[in-house]
Amino acid sequence: MSDNVIEARGLKRTYKTRAGVVEAVKGIDLTVARGKIVGFLGPNGAGKSTTLKMLVTLLQPTAGEATVVGCDLRRDPVGVRRRIGYVAQNGTTSPEAKVGLEITSQAELYGIAPAESRKRAEELLAALDLEGVWNRTCGSLSGGQRRRLDIVMGLIHRPELVFLDEPSTGLDPQSRANLWAHVRALRDRFGTTVLLTTHYMDEADSLSDELLVIDHGSIVAKGTSAALKAGLRGDAMTLTLRRAQDAAPAAAAITATDPAAQVQTDGNILRYQTPNGATALPGLIRDLTAVGIDPIGVEVARPTLDDVFLTLTGRSLRD
Amino acid sequence: MLHDTWVIFKRAMLVSLQNPAWVIIGLIQPVLYIVLFGPLLTQMANVPGFPSGNAWNVFVPGILVQLGIFGGAFVGFGIISEWRSGVIDRMLVTPAARASLIAGRVLRDVVVLLVQTVVLLAVAMAFGLRVPPMALILALVLVTVLGAAFSALSYAAGLALKSEDALAPLLNTLALPIVLLSGILLPMSMAPGWLQRVSDIVPFKHMVDALRSVFQGQVWVGSVGIGFALAFAFAIGSLWLGARVFASQTR
Repeated sequence: MSDNVIEARGLKRTYKTRAGVVEAVKGIDLTVARGKIVGFLGPNGAGKSTTLKMLVTLLQPTAGEATVVGCDLRRDPVGVRRRIGYVAQNGTTSPEAKVGLEITSQAELYGIAPAESRKRAEELLAALDLEGVWNRTCGSLSGGQRRRLDIVMGLIHRPELVFLDEPSTGLDPQSRANLWAHVRALRDRFGTTVLLTTHYMDEADSLSDELLVIDHGSIVAKGTSAALKAGLRGDAMTLTLRRAQDAAPAAAAITATDPAAQVQTDGNILRYQTPNGATALPGLIRDLTAVGIDPIGVEVARPTLDDVFLTLTGRSLRD
Repeated sequence: MLHDTWVIFKRAMLVSLQNPAWVIIGLIQPVLYIVLFGPLLTQMANVPGFPSGNAWNVFVPGILVQLGIFGGAFVGFGIISEWRSGVIDRMLVTPAARASLIAGRVLRDVVVLLVQTVVLLAVAMAFGLRVPPMALILALVLVTVLGAAFSALSYAAGLALKSEDALAPLLNTLALPIVLLSGILLPMSMAPGWLQRVSDIVPFKHMVDALRSVFQGQVWVGSVGIGFALAFAFAIGSLWLGARVFASQTR
């Protein structure tokens, strides 16, 4: 079997509305390698959830082909369903049902006997810090516990690939960090491939081995978070000088060594972008001191994924 | 398919049993009809047009059909909240047969309905209903079939609309003409000619008539065959539609 758990070509989904045909996903290609955590980053409405729903057989693609864990999405949806786990954005459990009932009934739908699913569930519940909830109703759990229970539900049949749709939306910062640790543990302990969608930069940044950036139904960039940031004309440099009249000669000194830099001057403050600010900094200070300019403050800001998104789409993720 | 249906049934049943308040509320309503409305009707047995025989034998079949219809009709609200909490999507992503996802739930509703029907018949007999065992069995069959049909339709409507605000007016709009035109409370034989003609096109009227006939000891007559055949045909159509709506969720 190939080392890719997802291979999709030209996946497309259109909706017919009264206003006309809406292209939610405009023919995307994507490849997900086994054993990775892949983050699907984009603003709300970018087409993340629609893409996920197509890959988990909840929505039929309008066009395109995909192989998910070795099964053809169109010809063998049941094969796909057997091999994947899916945790939807709005949860998986009924608030009135007891935790144990939800887990064992879910497992039984995959043909796993209750005794075996109880054993697996105890393991998973322990791994996700959810001991002692078996006889509680799902609605009585805290938001973070309920979300982790969703993950248990999605993993009870030991899928090779699990889809998490907006896993940490609505959780407090502590629960989010805790959830991230658990998602990493899934990859490390069980070798599970994880495809997660998020509109949080910090989540995409800290959790994913690889990123797919999606906007308006198309993938606009892919790669590791570090590579995406390095691809930008990267670090934002802010230089504060003692005297405003030094600004012009300082700008000249900067462009002498970095001809592509576009220096913006604001009184005694200079701003420009450079691919690798931390490396350029010592040389810059030396050059400036050599011509008698005295910088009194320097700031190197590493690019964020939001800068990446802004550069790619002209919009901020926060919008 | 059978295995999946059983799993869905078991889960739904256990959730219902955990919170039996709704089952009890559903039980109280038909009993209230027997206790608070039945005695009133027994006074009407001599009014022209009222079918001959014990008033209970005329009244109870109507209440049974009503129980079958309304025991199933409101389950759609449950499927909307299940959909909202992500349960439906979660189940649709499992390899489970699509039809079992609705069949298991319909089965739960039917079992609940059977218990309610038995209680209702017992109360009615305590009040004076006298019918042969065969009539009781046919009553259970009709309520089951009708309940399954309305439960499937209600799930289909709930899942298609995905909004309580849309489902409630739909059910209310359908419920009133069904109750009035099927002769559930008062037999349509008391109605003027034009109203009888209108009620002839309502299938539930024929089911009520069939059960009334059975309760008066006439089992092997044409109207009974028509009533039961309509009920079965209606149930098959409703179950088919329900399964279609579930399957179409992944289109």
